[in-house]
Amino acid sequence: MDILLWGVLPYVMVAILVGGSIWRYKYDQFGWTTRSSQLYESKLLRIGSPIFHFGILAVIAGHFFGLVIPKSWTEAIGMSQDFYHFNALFVGGIAGIGTLGGIILLIIRRRTTGPVFMATTKNDKLMYVVLVAAIVFGLWTTLASVFLGDHGHNYRETVSPWFRSLFIFQPDIASMAAAPFSFHLHTLVGMLLFCIWPFTRLVHAFTAPLHYLFRPYIVYRSRDVGPAPGSRARQPGWQPVGTRDRDRK
Amino acid sequence: MKVMAQVGMVMNLDKCIGCHTCSVTCKQAWTNRAGTEYVWFNNVETRPGQGYPRRYEDQEKWRGGWELNRRGRLKLKGGGRLKKLFGIFASPVQPELDDYYEPWTYDYETLTDAPLGDDFPVARPKSLITGNDMKIEWSANWDDNLGGTSQLGHLDPIVEKIRKESEEKIKFEFEQTFMFYLPRICEHCLNPSCMASCPSGAIYKREEDGIVLVDQDRCRGWRQCITGCPYKKMYFNHKTGKAEKCTFCYPRIEVGIPTVCSETCVGRLRYIGIFLYDADRVTEAASIEDEKELYQAQLDLMLDPDDPEVIAGARAEGIPEDWMDAARRSPVYKMAKVYKVALPLHPEYRTMPMVWYVPPLSPVVDLLSEQGHDAEDAGNLFGAIESLRIPVEYLAELFTAGDTEIVTGVLRKLAAMRSFMRGISLGNDPDDSIPEAVGMEPEAMYEMYRLMAIAKYNERYVIPKAHVEQAHNLEEMGCSLDFDDGPGMYPSDPFGEASGKPTPVAVENFYALKQRQTTDGQTEPGELRGRVNLLNWDGRGVPRGLFPKTEDNPQMSPDSPAHGGGAAGPGPDYGGPSSQAGPSGNPLESQPPREP
Repeated sequence: MDILLWGVLPYVMVAILVGGSIWRYKYDQFGWTTRSSQLYESKLLRIGSPIFHFGILAVIAGHFFGLVIPKSWTEAIGMSQDFYHFNALFVGGIAGIGTLGGIILLIIRRRTTGPVFMATTKNDKLMYVVLVAAIVFGLWTTLASVFLGDHGHNYRETVSPWFRSLFIFQPDIASMAAAPFSFHLHTLVGMLLFCIWPFTRLVHAFTAPLHYLFRPYIVYRSRDVGPAPGSRARQPGWQPVGTRDRDRK
Repeated sequence: MKVMAQVGMVMNLDKCIGCHTCSVTCKQAWTNRAGTEYVWFNNVETRPGQGYPRRYEDQEKWRGGWELNRRGRLKLKGGGRLKKLFGIFASPVQPELDDYYEPWTYDYETLTDAPLGDDFPVARPKSLITGNDMKIEWSANWDDNLGGTSQLGHLDPIVEKIRKESEEKIKFEFEQTFMFYLPRICEHCLNPSCMASCPSGAIYKREEDGIVLVDQDRCRGWRQCITGCPYKKMYFNHKTGKAEKCTFCYPRIEVGIPTVCSETCVGRLRYIGIFLYDADRVTEAASIEDEKELYQAQLDLMLDPDDPEVIAGARAEGIPEDWMDAARRSPVYKMAKVYKVALPLHPEYRTMPMVWYVPPLSPVVDLLSEQGHDAEDAGNLFGAIESLRIPVEYLAELFTAGDTEIVTGVLRKLAAMRSFMRGISLGNDPDDSIPEAVGMEPEAMYEMYRLMAIAKYNERYVIPKAHVEQAHNLEEMGCSLDFDDGPGMYPSDPFGEASGKPTPVAVENFYALKQRQTTDGQTEPGELRGRVNLLNWDGRGVPRGLFPKTEDNPQMSPDSPAHGGGAAGPGPDYGGPSSQAGPSGNPLESQPPREP
């Protein structure tokens, strides 16, 4: 069972994530968007969305520090375990709570604002469940270690080595199996999130427009050479006006 | 100098009667679908009025266009690149649906389905966003014809500005003096700020004709372009999550016919033609410090197509000769640069807009006639233009960043043309002193009159066709083996029939139809690759491929009656002339002939 969960599943997840993203990028460029609902409602979004997004960016950075950088490295530069632990809990806790608060605000907005709720697909709802679950279980692992004090589990001795070992294709299944249940749950839900990632609106994160910082302001492009004028591909996004199409979902 | 061509438009506002035909036909053609209910690529505003979306000209609020930074360099008013990226999670100043309006339809079904009763059934307004009953409170042209302006006129950002700078009494006169219509499409700017705001780089300017388009596949819905465009002609499709904008009807322009809004304009006030401009100097021109000089700077960018240096430059850039010829005959170039009667809309946004406007003289003329003056007399008109300070100021805020002298100059030219031509129509000798008074030659004034008053179709629209010599062969692209039973019959896309990119389908275009209808011969073999479209079959002869071939009658004679399935013709021509009975195994050829 442990082999399946911690030795096979991660690679299946990566295959789905990478393959799915490539497939989506190739075949569904038109659907690759944030699907912003700011046109319908802006006030709550202006508060909730930045909190959530900046929070989750901090959380991602925290995961990087915790999982990728070995304990020996931080100790080598003189960072004590207590100091690291305090930082991880304090900064990570704030980021996590911000992320959770942000997404709760966004979900409340989504549910209570009529047009926004109507624009929410089943796909979105599934994605929200998994995303919130991943955040909640992640916070649980953090908070559990706060309340358990020093008796808290040091994931840098179990989860992190396992995570790094995945990259050299020799998964350290034993150390991951030794981690407590809360970490197992968070990891599994996280993997589920990455599995559905390419098929939800979350893909917009993969095209974060960092190249905007470097590109010229004015973009010239030659006319598309392709079907000649008069010959036109079936355009995506042409649906009749009306609200009927909303009911069809 | 880098010579580039730009399709431009001029609108003669004197002729606009505010019928909204352009808006309606544009909407029917382009934005008649879910997600774009509130989108008007073309809209007609009554000025003074708030415009669409409401008060879009208030850039202190909406942060559109460019401004100069402390070092005198261009900077997006909405903020630099880093600021844009940090604000990406919730666009700081995006108009909400309330700033446009909530689109609606009516519950027409009730009118026919309502049970018999004492009351007449009514069709209630239903929101197109939520589907619920709604109260209609605003629309795309709610203040049409100054509707509600006595209450809301002060909300016009230009009225607000003029009032701040002039005395209190303006208000009263202002409301009594004038009203005119301002049709607006995307400006297809030379220095577009929507493009500069787009984090994904999905908005681009076409090298060949300067049309600004959104790549729907690359747009990720970050919404920064909506803030960036000072004209608010970028719209967010709330169903697809992508930005959309006026396309200058590029599929029509490419085959040499005018845009839908121009074609259907009953006032015939729109002109389409080519500008040649110097792409290297655009940024420099847009960075001029004094806003009032921006108009002249933009005018200086426009190159003279008769100048040998420009011609050489254009050739070096590969601009085709027929485009050069069109540039020489361009009505928009003449009105903007030669006669100098067309002005750009809001040059102070520094985007170098390429839809130009001839400011309306009509309020002046109307006022004079109401007061009992001879409204066509040059002296009266000249005097009135000077004294009607307020309309000129208003127009100057729209077209010249507040420089009333330029607007007055244009209006004087228009007034001079009226009186000069009236003299001629009345059989008097042409009074050459009138054109001279506005610094024009009599011949030039006569030509201007032809262009603006007679306005023949082929003088209004001088649109060179896009060069598609190679691309034409690609019509109905696709694998030549993709016919029934052929090796390519099964779509090669890995996820089955519907996956992958859609195969383009040839739609009859204007020139193809015209050629087919006027030709003596039959439909060119191979042109439609064996498909017969009965909708545009003109009844001449029997198109190849319409009927299956029989053994005794391998070639259907063109004049035999097309009476039924027994008549025979060659099978569909899939690959050109060689496929008559080739080994490719035409499925229809191998079928047994059906009995009549």
